[in-house]
Amino acid sequence: MLQPPHPHIQLTNDELDAIIDLIWKQYGYDFSHYARASLMRRVTRCMLNAGFRTGYELKYHLTNDRNFFYWFLQTLTVNVTEMFRDPVVYRELREKVLPKLASYPVIKVWHAGCATGEEVFSMAILLHEAGLLNRARLYATDINPANLEQARKGMVPVHPMKEYAHNYQQAGGRRDFTGYFTFFNEGAEIKPELRKDIIFAQHNLVSDQVFNEFQLIICRNVMIYFDKVLQNRVTTLFYDSLSPLGYLMIGMKESLLFTNVSPHFEETSAGLRIYRRKK
Amino acid sequence: MSLLTGKQINVLAIGGSAGSIPVLISLLKSISKPVPYTVIIVIHRLKNVHSELSLLLSGGLGYLQVIEPDDKMPVEPDRLYLAPQNYHLLIEADLTFSLDYSEPVLFSRPSIDVTFESVAQVFGQGAVAILLSGANEDGARGIRSIIEEGGTAIIQAPHTAAYQSMPLAAIRLNQEANVLQPEEMIEQLRRSTG
Repeated sequence: MLQPPHPHIQLTNDELDAIIDLIWKQYGYDFSHYARASLMRRVTRCMLNAGFRTGYELKYHLTNDRNFFYWFLQTLTVNVTEMFRDPVVYRELREKVLPKLASYPVIKVWHAGCATGEEVFSMAILLHEAGLLNRARLYATDINPANLEQARKGMVPVHPMKEYAHNYQQAGGRRDFTGYFTFFNEGAEIKPELRKDIIFAQHNLVSDQVFNEFQLIICRNVMIYFDKVLQNRVTTLFYDSLSPLGYLMIGMKESLLFTNVSPHFEETSAGLRIYRRKK
Repeated sequence: MSLLTGKQINVLAIGGSAGSIPVLISLLKSISKPVPYTVIIVIHRLKNVHSELSLLLSGGLGYLQVIEPDDKMPVEPDRLYLAPQNYHLLIEADLTFSLDYSEPVLFSRPSIDVTFESVAQVFGQGAVAILLSGANEDGARGIRSIIEEGGTAIIQAPHTAAYQSMPLAAIRLNQEANVLQPEEMIEQLRRSTG
């Protein structure tokens, strides 16, 4: 049955500003440079799920209920992810990028905004098949502690497995994809030997700093939620975190063109948004 | 009837799903060029399947090129934008596109509701939205927002649609929307000057 178009939810831009301010002062998370249209949409969606109609109710609960805030954070941030999403990109990684990275004695990879880990698990499989996993250190970070807790379990849902297997094959995978998992009632667990070199840690792209030097940084469909100011901050952070000639991989519909670091990178594969830091 | 005569149009948003492509193409062909406003199209497509839709739409449209916008690309007049596969497409107040990869809405990503609501917020009275054939209920809430913000809402007459559910759901929720046959829509668009 069709629901009415959130007719009762009223949230003005000023109220959204007040909520952003409250979250910053009380919990230390800064959403002021998130892309406004999608932030407004997600806050309204949280209110709908919580049964609130006014910005006042939302402010009241954020002020007085810490548990509510963590639920709100979980609902507000986008945690959608897939294995081998955009197979053509993973094929390029396999065929063009990994052979270049093979020359490094230790290959350090950063997945920024890893959500529940599906992309870093995909990368671990690629590195394993290229015989590079034993030389790789994978750092997977996210703003959301609940995501990291889930990612550390190495468990992905079973229902999209068929799609993931198809993506894997499209990405040039020739082995038995399901062989990388142990199946349980509650999900499919990635084999521990594929996960042992992954370090999961909380990192907030809005406020945290460079923490290592990487040969490859993957940050796909994360910066779309940021405004231009924050995109500039984050892409500068990535530039500073890459070794010379290191690779940066962003989402298929994201572009460095609209950021300040654009002159310092070249896109190595047309249209795939795999960039290489110039020296 | 002259819905659009003398109306200042800033954006024309068109949403459709199953059975909408032929009508969409005839609508696009009827728009005079250069187009003084922005055209934004949201069509449901399969995910992770390479789509030739932008190519298909480009055919026969003269010089009007179909752009699947990247995140933060500016929204400009005399351009035809198509929501990229597998993302929601929003518009920011500074007239740039913003993409969103959050959960599908009514099983749809891109969601017509999400784009129409965003268009309504930014363009208000300057928005015209057209909802075409489809087999689900996406678009109804979006049409609601367009009307609430003072824009013009047009829904394809269900008896002319290959799949009626989408126009029917939108009409149920929006009694005040204009229900037009494709030929009438074409006539309206011809009269519009932007």
